[in-house]
Amino acid sequence: MKNGAMPAKPVLRLDGITKRFPGVTALSEVELALYPGEVTALVGENGAGKSTLVKILTGIHQPDSGRIEVDGIETRLPTATAAQEHGITAIHQETVLFDELTVAENIFLGHAPRGRFGLIDWGRMRSEATELLTRVGADIDPATPLRDLGIASKHLVAIARALSVDARVVIMDEPTASLSQTEIEELYDLVERLKSDGKAILFISHKFDEIFRIADRYTVFRDGERVDAGMIRDVTEDQLVTRMVGRSMEAIFPRRHSDPGEEILRVAGYSHPTEFADINFGLRRGEILGFYGLVGAGRSEFMQALFGATRPSRGAVKLDGRIAVIRSPAEAIARGIVYVPEDRGRQGAISAMPIFQNVTLPSLSQTSRNGFVRIAEELALARRYTERLDLRAASLDQAVGNLSGGNQQKVVIAKWLATKPKVIILDEPTKGIDVGSKAAVHEFMAELAADGLSVIMVSSEIPEILGMSDRVIVMRDGRIAAEFDREGLTPEQLVRAAAGYEEVAA
Amino acid sequence: MSRFVKSREAILLAAIVALIALVETRFTGFAAPGNLARVFNDTSILIILALGQTLVILTRCIDLSQASNLALTGMVTAMLNAAHPGIPVVVLIAVAVALGLLMGAFNGLLVWKLDIPPIVVTLGTLTIYRGIIFVVSGGAWVNSHEMSAAYKAFPRADILSLPVMSWICIAVIAAFAVGVNRTALGRALYAVGGNPGAAVYTGIDVGRTRFWAFVIAGGLAGLCGYLWVSRYAVAYTDVAGGFELDIVAACVIGGISISGGLGTVTGAVLGALFLGTIKNALPVAGISPFWQMAISGAAIIVAVTFNRRRAPGRVILKEAAA
Repeated sequence: MKNGAMPAKPVLRLDGITKRFPGVTALSEVELALYPGEVTALVGENGAGKSTLVKILTGIHQPDSGRIEVDGIETRLPTATAAQEHGITAIHQETVLFDELTVAENIFLGHAPRGRFGLIDWGRMRSEATELLTRVGADIDPATPLRDLGIASKHLVAIARALSVDARVVIMDEPTASLSQTEIEELYDLVERLKSDGKAILFISHKFDEIFRIADRYTVFRDGERVDAGMIRDVTEDQLVTRMVGRSMEAIFPRRHSDPGEEILRVAGYSHPTEFADINFGLRRGEILGFYGLVGAGRSEFMQALFGATRPSRGAVKLDGRIAVIRSPAEAIARGIVYVPEDRGRQGAISAMPIFQNVTLPSLSQTSRNGFVRIAEELALARRYTERLDLRAASLDQAVGNLSGGNQQKVVIAKWLATKPKVIILDEPTKGIDVGSKAAVHEFMAELAADGLSVIMVSSEIPEILGMSDRVIVMRDGRIAAEFDREGLTPEQLVRAAAGYEEVAA
Repeated sequence: MSRFVKSREAILLAAIVALIALVETRFTGFAAPGNLARVFNDTSILIILALGQTLVILTRCIDLSQASNLALTGMVTAMLNAAHPGIPVVVLIAVAVALGLLMGAFNGLLVWKLDIPPIVVTLGTLTIYRGIIFVVSGGAWVNSHEMSAAYKAFPRADILSLPVMSWICIAVIAAFAVGVNRTALGRALYAVGGNPGAAVYTGIDVGRTRFWAFVIAGGLAGLCGYLWVSRYAVAYTDVAGGFELDIVAACVIGGISISGGLGTVTGAVLGALFLGTIKNALPVAGISPFWQMAISGAAIIVAVTFNRRRAPGRVILKEAAA
């Protein structure tokens, strides 16, 4: 299994894999090869197709076309179990384990050693669990309930679980995202051990330092295509950044003549015990302010606090020059700050409710008289804003759940515009919606800003940030890492600021 | 109109009509207007309680304490009446409603402020309220002869050839029809149950909304406490024992989704009427009360099967979305 044999044969090979979702091609003719005893880093922006690839490898999605080869033999991975039987296993950002079960039960769930009469052999399970945990260098009692462990230890348990099914391909999807520095070091050691055991590792990460630290090969995805692959020793960080973002700016953004007015919002010293610290910035009338950062940099958490959904520990907000105390979303809405959340399913629309009721929900005082809602006025208000957004629906009486993702997003945005806000915070406004709807949302944002509305746009998509913002704030690890004017801003500057990788020489 | 025909309410209405027609073929007179009015009057309490429960279920909660609340307020009004026959019935009704509101508020506060699951809270208060009846009454009954004539007569009084009990029920239905569909609180109930996460971001206080649902359900249970005891002219510790399950059954049959955010006032009323019709029809047909329970149970399962929420959200097939 060692790296001795001359040209090493890949354990797993993908060729020409294409996967389409309604309105989007998530992966287009991609190839990938994973070699025993080697770590392959998969890099790409959000939305580049990395998650879709992981889902195909773990049997959750089926490719529309293409070949999957395990040990040179063409195979299909119709289910998660099939993927596991081929020795492919994934450790996710948020590990999928069961808090109420013990460590040993988590490791062996679904394939526990059986004794007589098909009953679980607890003794063997314990001893095998101990052995696996020792192999991953974890000093954990297998009888401990999982909920008593920290995140890092849970990762180790997930890895032990991967080993227990005799994995040959281990996919690690941003495994260090929630780990402390010492825990990260331990994880690196473990990766080394897995390598020397001859496992093929697919390592997905946004952090260049760790890619260069542990990866042997790299593959770059961009917009669902594999744009580059090779040996890590043959590239520099600069080259990798360029390949990752170096797109032709083919997405067309509305041409904006921006002329921001006076400062309308000022945030000073906003801090939270665990999520973000020391956020200071101003926002001017008619300005689009982009917030860029890696997933988990604290952008959404900060926005939610600004909106009153969570409470900051310290800090002040001035709106139109006056101190504004915002303790709940209702108060934020009343003061003219609205937030369009990223997670439409959980936080956006109420899918069983008709479109018009969704739109008027925060504006019922506008459409009521003497405490009673007037349906005709509601419909008129809903029609005004949904037409402005070019919403396509058979009737405003239709349940939101029956609309496409892009149209649901329009309903959510219409809902907020109907409150006539001063500041609108859009969290990943075009995430997961089709290209056509994206352009419409961008067009619309430009119109809003031109009308004097101030927009804060949280986005992880570099073209969107560069194409739409007047100014960009980059957050890293809960703090503001950099602030840029749009003029002359390059994708590389953004990526470096977000990843904390300093430019060696300009 | 065409949408109503396809709705679950229409199916339920058809089922009730079919049931009445079926009984009528065997026992002429069951479908006579006078008898149907009697069935409605007999079901009034269930309808009122089911409407209160509907508000609570819409917010993804459940109130199992309604029947105990009813029994306690009923006992208190009966004891007050027995001890001080001079207190006007209107005052007794006000006491009943106030007491009911208080018990509802207690449920609501526990759910809101302590964040205890509603099923646990109301399972607890179900026992607590029932226990208090024994404490205040010492386990004694208040019998018909101890109650004043006015106390017993009020729900039976006839206005435009319908008893007051029926009129109260009609008034509650009307208030709900407007309140649920045309007020901010009504909308908030649907929003909170349909998607609590989104409701928060819309500026709706989820806990406060649930609190008010419990308060209203409690107040209506209090009102029904007086109605029940005066109608049956007896108050004892076990009044309406197990009735909380009939109420939930009426809601479920009426298409109020237990997972919240889905259901209508019409549905709840029809669900209650369906159970009420069965209850009244089976004895006429000489069927044992144990069969009644089995039929109600079967009706619940059939209703839930029909009402299963179609997967909301993404519809991938174009034809299916049309």
